[in-house]
Amino acid sequence: MQNEAANTTHPFRVFLAWAFVGIPLLGGVFQTLLNAVKLFQ
Amino acid sequence: MTTMEETKAGSGSLFGFLDRERTVAKPGFNRWMVPPAALCVHLCIGQAYAFSVFNLPMTRLLGVSQSTPDDWKLTELGWIFSISMVILGISAALFGRWVEEGGPRRAMFTAGMCWASGFLISAFGIHIHNLWVIYFGYGIVGGCALGIGYISPVSTLMKWFPDRPGMATGMAIMGFGGGALVASPLSVWLMGKFATGSDVGVLKTFIVLGCAYFVFMMVGAAIVRVPAPGWKPKGYVAPSAATKMITKNDVFVYDAVKTPQFWLIWVVLFLNTTAGIGVLGQASAMSQEMFPGRITVVAAAGLVGLMSLFNMGGRFSWASVSDYIGRRNTYFVFMTLGFVLYITVPYAGGTGNVVLFVCCFLVIVSMYGGGFATVPAYLRDMFGTRYVGAIHGILLTAWSAAGIAGPVLINYIREYNVTHGVPKAQAYNTTMYIMAGLLVIGFICNYFVKAVDARYHMKAEGDVPADPRTAAARA
Repeated sequence: MQNEAANTTHPFRVFLAWAFVGIPLLGGVFQTLLNAVKLFQ
Repeated sequence: MTTMEETKAGSGSLFGFLDRERTVAKPGFNRWMVPPAALCVHLCIGQAYAFSVFNLPMTRLLGVSQSTPDDWKLTELGWIFSISMVILGISAALFGRWVEEGGPRRAMFTAGMCWASGFLISAFGIHIHNLWVIYFGYGIVGGCALGIGYISPVSTLMKWFPDRPGMATGMAIMGFGGGALVASPLSVWLMGKFATGSDVGVLKTFIVLGCAYFVFMMVGAAIVRVPAPGWKPKGYVAPSAATKMITKNDVFVYDAVKTPQFWLIWVVLFLNTTAGIGVLGQASAMSQEMFPGRITVVAAAGLVGLMSLFNMGGRFSWASVSDYIGRRNTYFVFMTLGFVLYITVPYAGGTGNVVLFVCCFLVIVSMYGGGFATVPAYLRDMFGTRYVGAIHGILLTAWSAAGIAGPVLINYIREYNVTHGVPKAQAYNTTMYIMAGLLVIGFICNYFVKAVDARYHMKAEGDVPADPRTAAARA
């Protein structure tokens, strides 16, 4: 049990991993939304 | 003999990091680390959907400001993407079992190596101005990366998320759709940075992308883990008995392809993809021709962007929905709703209803993405978790086949109609009705998907397949 607690993934590592993939993905989505707006202009 | 053993031991220590045993998670590992690992790979290989941004600049590699007779033609360049898509299906089918047995880290590492090599070889092809080198680099080596990378995290994610397998694979496969959204503006920006009066900047962009994707995919390979045998999420209680459409047994990969269920799902995926891919590829031209003067070139580009978002979002949302309503029912929704939407498109065109037309296309393309994201969990329900990655790999040949059938159906029927005097605004109507008809066939095939016969089930943890012919073939 102690061993498991020592090995528990730190939430910051999970956050970093998601930020690593999330930031470029959100950047891409934002750029696409900017283009998509032209459909309604 | 000693030399061979030394070599083996040496390679073992060098690549031991990639072994499946080294990726087994320790107690306390957070399973939410695995989807980002999968996304690291899928976001990179999803670049394939954005390859078209290089097409026009690559027709001016020699002339720079305008094409010269020695420059490559668009039709020649179109083959780069086509080859990579065909190789995707073939490599996923060929290497599926190796991916499953070698573990996700080895597969992701291999995919990263191939993907980066594909870009670097292509950069060399540009340097010596030889298109065949690019066909080999991006088309074949990169195509292998697409196939191996696409299937590598699928079964791992389903093992980590037995409570939500659809959502888990939906997250990864969403990344494949999202990869193009990242790659397209990034590539345009890089080409702009590297362009000079004597260079369009494609070569340097390829080198930078190859290196960046390699680093990104290696991060994914480093953080991916497989669950320890017998691991279960906290509070998760596996169903004590198999339900009608979800097996608790595993089916060996080469036994799975002998079942009618595999081929029925193959046809369902093929038809759903054929219908979606035809619309996705021709959306810009189709919208402008159906609404001349009302949907401009710029607006059509906006529609394509919006469709990319729905393609990506549909992957996650439909796959997540399938965890609640079941895979078979999800495909029934795709086929039924798709049928209604396809026959509505000509009506929207005839009445000049742009909003209705756009809504139809957005839902259609969300179901196209949803079909890809839901199918791994469908296979897992039918054939168990053990070989699902390998089975999924073989199933992806349906994607390759649809990649040819979809655009051919749309383009040739439109061409036929236009040459026979049908106005351009109505030239797509026949195709839409044909697509709707295809979905009826898909509905019927999906209806006939039943639980796999027990004779195909693997008997125990041992890898002896139930079918004696397969056992003989493997001996």
